[in-house]
Amino acid sequence: MRNIALFAAVGLLVAVEGFTGSWNTALGILNMGLISAILALGVNMQWGYAGLFNVGVVGFVALGGLAPVLISTPPVEGAMAAGGWRILLAMIVGIASIGLAIAINRRAAGRLRVLGILAVLIGGFFVYRAIFDPAVAAVEAINPAREGNLGGLGLPVLLAWPVGGLFAAAAAWVIGKTALGLRSDYLAIATLGIGEIIIAVMKNEDWLARGVKNVVNIPRPVPYEVELQADPGFVERAAGFGIDPVTASTVFVKLLYAGLFLAVLLALIWLSEKALNSPWGRMMRAIRDNEVAAEAMGKNVTARHLQIFILGSAVCGMAGAMIVTLDSQLTPGTYNPLRFTFLIWVMVIVGGSGNNWGAVLGGMLIWYLWIKVEPWGNALMDLVTSGMADGSALKAHLQASAAHMRLMTMGIVLLLVLRFAPRGLIPEK
Amino acid sequence: MDLVNALVALANFVLIPATAYGAQLALGALGVTLIYGILRFSNFAHGDTMALGTAFTILLTWGLQGLGISLGPLPTALLALPFAIALTGLVMLATDRSVYRFYRKKKAAPVILVIVSMGVMFVMNGITRFLIGVDEIRFADGERFLINARAFKEATGLEEGLALRSTQVLTVVTAVAVVALLFWFLNNTRTGKSMRAFSDNEDLALLSGINPERVVMYAWLIAGALATTAGVLYGLDKSFKAFTYFQLLLPIFASAIVGGLGSPLGAIAGGFLIAYSEVAFTYAFKKVLTYLLPDGMAPEGLVQLLSTDYKFAVSFAILIIVLLFKPTGLFKGKAV
Repeated sequence: MRNIALFAAVGLLVAVEGFTGSWNTALGILNMGLISAILALGVNMQWGYAGLFNVGVVGFVALGGLAPVLISTPPVEGAMAAGGWRILLAMIVGIASIGLAIAINRRAAGRLRVLGILAVLIGGFFVYRAIFDPAVAAVEAINPAREGNLGGLGLPVLLAWPVGGLFAAAAAWVIGKTALGLRSDYLAIATLGIGEIIIAVMKNEDWLARGVKNVVNIPRPVPYEVELQADPGFVERAAGFGIDPVTASTVFVKLLYAGLFLAVLLALIWLSEKALNSPWGRMMRAIRDNEVAAEAMGKNVTARHLQIFILGSAVCGMAGAMIVTLDSQLTPGTYNPLRFTFLIWVMVIVGGSGNNWGAVLGGMLIWYLWIKVEPWGNALMDLVTSGMADGSALKAHLQASAAHMRLMTMGIVLLLVLRFAPRGLIPEK
Repeated sequence: MDLVNALVALANFVLIPATAYGAQLALGALGVTLIYGILRFSNFAHGDTMALGTAFTILLTWGLQGLGISLGPLPTALLALPFAIALTGLVMLATDRSVYRFYRKKKAAPVILVIVSMGVMFVMNGITRFLIGVDEIRFADGERFLINARAFKEATGLEEGLALRSTQVLTVVTAVAVVALLFWFLNNTRTGKSMRAFSDNEDLALLSGINPERVVMYAWLIAGALATTAGVLYGLDKSFKAFTYFQLLLPIFASAIVGGLGSPLGAIAGGFLIAYSEVAFTYAFKKVLTYLLPDGMAPEGLVQLLSTDYKFAVSFAILIIVLLFKPTGLFKGKAV
């Protein structure tokens, strides 16, 4: 009952925004809120079910965001021939030398092992760079002002969502294999590092997705507003509701997105509820609460941790692909860990870790706050400074810094929830 | 002559900057390792503590400059530093009182404390931005160079210039002084000894009548002082920007873990190891090699192993390698 009331309250907040402000903003908040809820679900799988402390969420989101570019944008003419295949070859050389080094590490012993690993890794690195560098230069030379990257496959963009999940899952497998044996704080630092590295790669490897030059005009799964406005049937129906065609078209497009996101969210919740209440879910919670006991019962803790780490990261990757689809552009410069890692953590903790509905509620609520705190901060500052003389330095400073209120607010919300309601708004059963 | 030129180039672009950077990392890592040793959690707010302490210093420096006070050839920030350390110490004690103490009394799991420190990180980040904004700020004044590149060339007749910035020397000198003071404190004073005892074995320390609240209080004060000093030195050497300080968290943690969490000596070694590797892997060795190799064999490319944007990858790779092969770090740290 309480839970339904909480969800209704969040719905009401969005509706109030719609009635007092504009429906465009309200639906904008709703759409990102839905994606945030999916992200929170993914982090909740790792933290709530299994107690894994992942602070590299931003990396998985960014990696998922790569998928719409590689799947749905049209291929760049001649890029594959110019250097694409050689880049692939370089990747294979790189992976093969790492694999060889791992094999030597397992088989050989003593001094031979150290020397062998070093020789293979250093040799492999130079071969890789020898193939990779000229290939990259060739690809980036193609029409650099607009392209200069490999381009995509030209497939439907919806396909990119599961592919984004796959990208993130593949990365999670590699990270999990190396880092999951470490204790919790070390895993946190390791994931923090991975997140930074993935962002650095996305920003600097121009051949992949143009780096900080951004990819724009990524195809959309929904019609464009201008097309709707040109469609006489649509204009007529909008007029029937008494709305002007421009507003009608933007709201309609946002509603379509909301429908798509909601479908994904509901499917994920259904699946995760099923999983959480299955023997598998009970095993996960048993591992989380007492690893030693679970291991003594014959559960393979490392394998289960790896599994849940991959699943949770895949969900985050999918959400990343959805964000890029919603914006129709990939801007690697905007992936900030405060926004895409730590904010998601606030969502999970506030909502209630271990409870899927809690994560969803936290995602929607915290996103709403994240958007609204800024205007509220401005209003507050206007109120505080209203008595001061115009043009005073303090007044200008206070008004300019109102924008930074949101980080502080999020921190205070997190600290208050941890202190007074550590199990969150919708606690685990 | 070519050999000397190569060495000078190497010193100018790799050794000197890396030493200064290493000293900054070591001071940061000492703070992380100290909190870990006493309170037993990884403090994610450390980067933002550095930023906040530096923000205090910058504001005070501006105040002093406004009053017309300066240290002559030394940066004014050095005069503001003690006051900023006192302010940061107060913030640390207030944070401990209002936030961390509750969880300590409850004996919460370390991972909960890490999440709590995430909340503190957000708040501190917000306060720093509120105080001083998000822009890049340079606040070094006084003499810029101890050795000027052009003067060096003229004096020695070499092709390569060697520049030694005063902030780099200042960083190393301050770091040595601070570390000496810290080790003297830990080894020779009653409080320092009780801190080490508390870090080694909490129960035994409690049984011997050591007051845990006092130990924790000193740990926060020292961590705040170290963070502020590290932040100010980094800011003087490069520049201050709130987000950069947040990003320093990764190399600082890598230094502390590589050295062995809880081991002060390890934190220093880790800091220098990370700094030297980061700079060496991202430096383009073309110039040095051109001097060293015979004519005609000079490399065509930059001979840069990794682009500077991937410096995080270096600290990260070292971190992972050390953790996989020596999980407690180079100097035996704790593993809880």
